[in-house]
Amino acid sequence: MVTFHSKGRFFSPMSKVYPFSAIVGQEQLRRALMIAAVDPAIGGVMVFGDRGTGKSTAVRALADLLPPIQTIRGCAFHCDPKRPPTCTADCARRADGISPVIETAPMPVVDMPLGATEDRVVGALDIEHALIRGEKRFEPGLLARANRGFLYIDEINLLDDNLVDLLLDVAASGENVVEREGLSLRHPARFVLIGSGNPEEGELRPQLLDRFGLSVDVRTPTDLGDRVEVVKRRIAFDQDPAKFLGLWAKEQARLRRQIVSAAKRLTKVATPDAILEAAARLCIAVGSDGLRGELTLMRVARATAAIEGVDAVSLTHLRSIAPMALGHRLRRDPLDEGGSAVRIERAMAELFGP
Amino acid sequence: MTTEGEAPSRIADASLAAALFSVDPSGLGGVTLRAGHGPLRDQWIAAVKAMLPEGAPVVRLPFNISDDRLEGGVDLAASLASGRLCKQASVLEGIDGGVALLPMAERLETGLAARLAAVMDHAASRADARPAFGLIALDEGLAPEEQPPTTLLDRLALRVDLHGDFDRTDKITPLPRADIAAARDRLAHVAEPEDALVTAVCEVALAFGVSSLRSVIFTLKVARAHAALAGRSLLGQADLAAAARLVLAPRATQAPVAPEAEQAPPDPPPPDSPPPDASADDSASPEDQPPLDDPETLSQEEAAEILVAALRALLPELDAPAPRRRPARMRQGEAGGSGGGAPTLSMRRGRPIAARAGPLNSGARLDLVATLRAAAPWQKLRAAPGGEARLAIRKDDIRLRRFVRRAELTTVFVVDASGSTAFQRLAEAKGAVEQLLARAYVSRARVALIAFHHKGAGVLLPPTRSLTRAKRFLADLPGGGGTPLSLAMDASLSLALSERAKQRTPMLVFLTDGRANIDGRGEAGRGQAEADALTAARKVGAAGVRTLFIDTSLRARPDADRFARAMGGAYAFLPLVESRAVAELVTREGGRALGG
Repeated sequence: MVTFHSKGRFFSPMSKVYPFSAIVGQEQLRRALMIAAVDPAIGGVMVFGDRGTGKSTAVRALADLLPPIQTIRGCAFHCDPKRPPTCTADCARRADGISPVIETAPMPVVDMPLGATEDRVVGALDIEHALIRGEKRFEPGLLARANRGFLYIDEINLLDDNLVDLLLDVAASGENVVEREGLSLRHPARFVLIGSGNPEEGELRPQLLDRFGLSVDVRTPTDLGDRVEVVKRRIAFDQDPAKFLGLWAKEQARLRRQIVSAAKRLTKVATPDAILEAAARLCIAVGSDGLRGELTLMRVARATAAIEGVDAVSLTHLRSIAPMALGHRLRRDPLDEGGSAVRIERAMAELFGP
Repeated sequence: MTTEGEAPSRIADASLAAALFSVDPSGLGGVTLRAGHGPLRDQWIAAVKAMLPEGAPVVRLPFNISDDRLEGGVDLAASLASGRLCKQASVLEGIDGGVALLPMAERLETGLAARLAAVMDHAASRADARPAFGLIALDEGLAPEEQPPTTLLDRLALRVDLHGDFDRTDKITPLPRADIAAARDRLAHVAEPEDALVTAVCEVALAFGVSSLRSVIFTLKVARAHAALAGRSLLGQADLAAAARLVLAPRATQAPVAPEAEQAPPDPPPPDSPPPDASADDSASPEDQPPLDDPETLSQEEAAEILVAALRALLPELDAPAPRRRPARMRQGEAGGSGGGAPTLSMRRGRPIAARAGPLNSGARLDLVATLRAAAPWQKLRAAPGGEARLAIRKDDIRLRRFVRRAELTTVFVVDASGSTAFQRLAEAKGAVEQLLARAYVSRARVALIAFHHKGAGVLLPPTRSLTRAKRFLADLPGGGGTPLSLAMDASLSLALSERAKQRTPMLVFLTDGRANIDGRGEAGRGQAEADALTAARKVGAAGVRTLFIDTSLRARPDADRFARAMGGAYAFLPLVESRAVAELVTREGGRALGG
């Protein structure tokens, strides 16, 4: 049977993914993901929630929404041609005066499976090459593939401890250092970490939790209307993906433009002193540890202003994102029945009025 | 055959599930076939094979399949032997349109379940690249908490339970292959459900505590397959009823009762509930039904009524026996992480330690450098005279990596909830659980709680390391009644063994005064009760499970000590149960359990 691929479809293998714009509800999650896309330096998103709440759907859908990146053809680390060579392998040739071929590639969104071995994450000696040709060659792992993009770890709370340590190290340094099996190399690994998990099945180590810029709680919608809408859209998508994607194409394009223009605007967004002070007071009031909370709070507020297309951060921006920027940074109190979001809302009401 | 006014027999529904699955294996994701090894299970699988298209592949997945085998990779052994690259195909290669059998699904690791789920999701969403297949998860679990990981369960539309009382004459009978093929062809022409229907299914699912929306979608898909099988192009009441029984009923976690009773377990429906006519259909006799093909579509209310009636008819079976058990809504995830325990050797995960020689089979990982080192001294000898210089590696050179990972401790509290002091004992036990979990935050130990009173023992808190979860499960605790100590020991032993099967170290902590007065059959009577308890205690001892018996009676009595000794465990006398003291004792004993 001969199949005919239209050009567009041929070039976008992800085109059968459920569109981000058609996700019902989940405002917080969608917002957090957009913020992380606008400012990757915020440090990732942790998504708490039951299974089957559409966490994975949202993250996979994000891949289709992200603007493409310019990269060097053949570079396993998607190196940026505008920057000095960062990786030792393919890009090193640039130093030898060979001008690289630059291509446009989709921003990587890498799924890290729960059972992934260290080899697959870090990369390892290319066994095939070693055995057959007797050459020592590095086979890049998931960290290499995720460079300049997103790394998604579903059920991150169940991850092996040694992998968690490794991720912490790489996330902090932006570099993957490989010293194993006679290999010795380093390559860039800057990515936005997106984790998801159900806290009822195992808590996340506080050190890892703190690395995330944002955290959101996701629940299965309990509103009948929303649930019906989710099912109806899903059925429509499954029945005829192309038609469904067509219906949402305009909205997808709008969101994509919003992300791109917000990323451009980001540096221009001003932060009034009053807002800086408010952020500091809030952090003190809720007792969030360290300066990280405050810094993240400001960055997130700025990204929010940029998404809304305004040039200055307002108190409204700050208040709207404080729970997701600070919620996971509060010291745990085993005896406190209310969640941390409640504590933050309470503190804000006291500081800034209702 | 079913009688008028009753739900079809379980065997009829099991046959129906096989037929529906055969109509649309990949669309429905698959089936959880909960059954022991036996003729019925074999018949069920044979029936599916007989109904799938001629030559459709049926692949049995290896237990604990490796990534390479799941997704394809390099075949190392063959590459080494031949000196050129040999690829190993994925076991799922060529499975398109077929069925995969997953043995011992209840023991499936969470990580592997997640990977399988990802493969299935891809199969569903990117049909051009990945093969589409249906999965039959063979679930041999016996205890309620022994079940496949939720990640997987959620993706398999149908659940068939072949445990329990079936007649010798009961048989799973396949429908003619041609009928199934015709239904498969018709499936695309069955109208998509009306909005009213979608709403009704959503509504009923919510009322019965089915929170996953995937289940709602599966309900509609199963209804469509049922309609296709019956030759209808519109969903009728029989289709909805069948879908409710096969998809929603096994997932129901509550019966729609008055809101104030929300915390209570599902009440059995009143015995005088009206006979649910709607569900009195089965696929073999669609012509008995009123002409459903009539364009008259069901209203939302009608659809909801049909669904509820079908569920009601099955609910008595869903209700758990005494004392009470929360439906195993979520399964404790299997952590690969290390805990605060003694190290155990693992071939796959953890911190690497020295390599050793061994066969390169499933799960083992090659240590390349060590292998080359082992092969190096022999190179000259092995080199063929005049042949080209190539590394010669033999089977014996192969070195495998080993990893060390720490054993994780699961502390199971077995709490006496009988009599007048039940409340205090339970409250302090709950306190101890929470303290241990707050502390275990770093060490990643697990805690479970079994309570026994009246005529039974039940798992109130399945093994967890989550404080959040413990708080929710232990929000309200039962109490009062007799002391079925032997039942408690049996229940705790089975939980301990299932933990051990998951490579964890169980420790049982009994909080009781040891005054057994309900025997192993649930009858009152001190003499028999004590004899039974002693037998049960010896069983625990024989299994070698670490125990700590905390005697909570006001004066130390020989009975309790006797039980403790029969179990071969530690004994502590603690008349004033206090959560902090309990937690201390348990921590100390837990350290020993892992050390020894």
